[in-house]
Amino acid sequence: MAIKRSRPFFKTCVFFAGLIPFGWLAFALWSDTVNATVYMTADPVQKLNRELGDWAMIFIIITIAVRPFADLTKKPGLVAYRRMIGLYAFFYALLHVSSYVGIDLQLDLMVFVKDITNRNYILVGMVSLTLLFPLAVTSTKGMMKRLGGSRWKRLHYLVYLIAILGALHFFMMTRADFSRPILYAVVILVLLGYRGWTYQRKTRLKKRTAPTTEAT
Amino acid sequence: MLIKTKNISDAKSSEIVQQDFYYNRRKFLTSAAGLGCAALLPALGSPAFGAQKPLKNVQKTAWGDKLQPTTFDAVTTYNNFYEFGTLKSDPSKNAHTLKPHPWTIEVSGHADKTGKFSYGDIIKPHQLEERIYRMRCVEGWSMVIPWVGVPLAKIIKRLEPTSKAKYIAFETLLDRQQMPLQKFPILPWPYVEGLRMDEAMHPLTIMAIGVFGSEMPNQNGAPMRLVVPWKYGFKGIKSIVKISFVEKQPPSTWSVSTPHEYGFYSNVNPEVDHPRWSQKRERLITGEGGFSALFAKKIETKMFNGYAEEVAGLYAGMDLKKNF
Ligand code: HEM
Repeated sequence: MAIKRSRPFFKTCVFFAGLIPFGWLAFALWSDTVNATVYMTADPVQKLNRELGDWAMIFIIITIAVRPFADLTKKPGLVAYRRMIGLYAFFYALLHVSSYVGIDLQLDLMVFVKDITNRNYILVGMVSLTLLFPLAVTSTKGMMKRLGGSRWKRLHYLVYLIAILGALHFFMMTRADFSRPILYAVVILVLLGYRGWTYQRKTRLKKRTAPTTEAT
Repeated sequence: MLIKTKNISDAKSSEIVQQDFYYNRRKFLTSAAGLGCAALLPALGSPAFGAQKPLKNVQKTAWGDKLQPTTFDAVTTYNNFYEFGTLKSDPSKNAHTLKPHPWTIEVSGHADKTGKFSYGDIIKPHQLEERIYRMRCVEGWSMVIPWVGVPLAKIIKRLEPTSKAKYIAFETLLDRQQMPLQKFPILPWPYVEGLRMDEAMHPLTIMAIGVFGSEMPNQNGAPMRLVVPWKYGFKGIKSIVKISFVEKQPPSTWSVSTPHEYGFYSNVNPEVDHPRWSQKRERLITGEGGFSALFAKKIETKMFNGYAEEVAGLYAGMDLKKNF
């Protein structure tokens, strides 16, 4: 009950927490412009694009880490914040691509089309982003009801594929230091492994003791 | 005849540094005032800033006298030097571990004068020149850098290569204490590079020992590095300890590590895309940061980085798509 009552407050907290990277990047760019600081390096185009890609990746990973974390800490209520975190992943991924097409390529769509057809890491990023759309669109309560719990759930398992493709995209664009894409991939695989393990355990439990109510 | 010497007094070259000090100071003051709290500022400039000794007797040349150099801050804090980290901001933070003095260079291979030489042996006999060159990075950005150095041809001539010397190979220092990232296999260490003999002898090619009229900061490749302005920046091997004259085309680090993306020649060429991005345009880094840099218009990349008139002849009849 205590969790329920404080939920709107924590939701607001999560909402503002998600805006921190965006606020920081905006501040850094503003400060570099006005105060001649160098937060965003001498080449803010590359820096901004990479920061946004990173934050998209981080928010996706947090999204899929919520359930295991809630299980481990025995706080099932945490799952209530997952949708908002997932939407932030979508938000940063959209900004990431917009900064690439709008700022880096300066809206040269011919180059973008060539990128998608010629460059595999862009194609992989594109697939990952495309898959994020249906998840974002179906993230409302209404859509959840319309789809029905199990169908909605199955659709949203796509987030694992999106995460893997995101890490692959990062891996493919890397030239020498693979430590970060590998780190992301390992974290994603561990989280996926956990999910697989709990899923199996649950179905086995269900088979054995069919009528008991399911403890999420 | 290519070196159009202008013989402007030395005062001129130190003026650039002076201006830069002034410029940075002004930036420092405005930002301190703007924030009202100097403690919030990141360390302005590199650790080496102000510490580099001005170089004496630097002869001005007409190379790049119409170009507006990128700021000292950007040139010395935005670097690719993986031996000190893979972020552009890493080298200026980490390169203090490099000890460029004293420095020994080992010369070997097909030449009459081989053996170990000190930094002074290699550089001192020659007139220092300032060359303001465009530097185009393979990643799609560029800078304008006022180098101080010696034409490589002059150094080579003194080493008296034999007729068997068809290529020249260079090696960076291999020392995990001084270059901490060499502990990790992100690239095959040490970094190696090479040039065809006629490329090495070309009057545009220099062994650089400084920037902005002062000694080379560690993060830019102290104490001496190669500068080949018509090639992508990574050909400019830094902190050189070995030079050898060889008969066959020597390996170059990036072409060994990722052969389908980087070739031995790596001439700047807007017609030949990198497999992962277009090389048609570039972002010129001026030193102006923030939103103005974010929305600055890209410039067209020129064949041989704008030095086609001087160097196109070296590659007459060669397929530059195949020999990328
Ligand atoms: C159409 C879709 C996409 C395009 C065109 C795109 C493009 C890019 C580009 C151009 C880079 C930088 C390459 C470089 O600087 O050399 C990059 C890096 C990156 N992208 Fe994407 N991307 C897309 C989708 C995504 C998505 C959906 C994610 C996250 C799930 C993502 C995560 C990343 C990450 C983590 C990096 C590396 C950042 C770093 O270096 O720290 N991208 N992407």
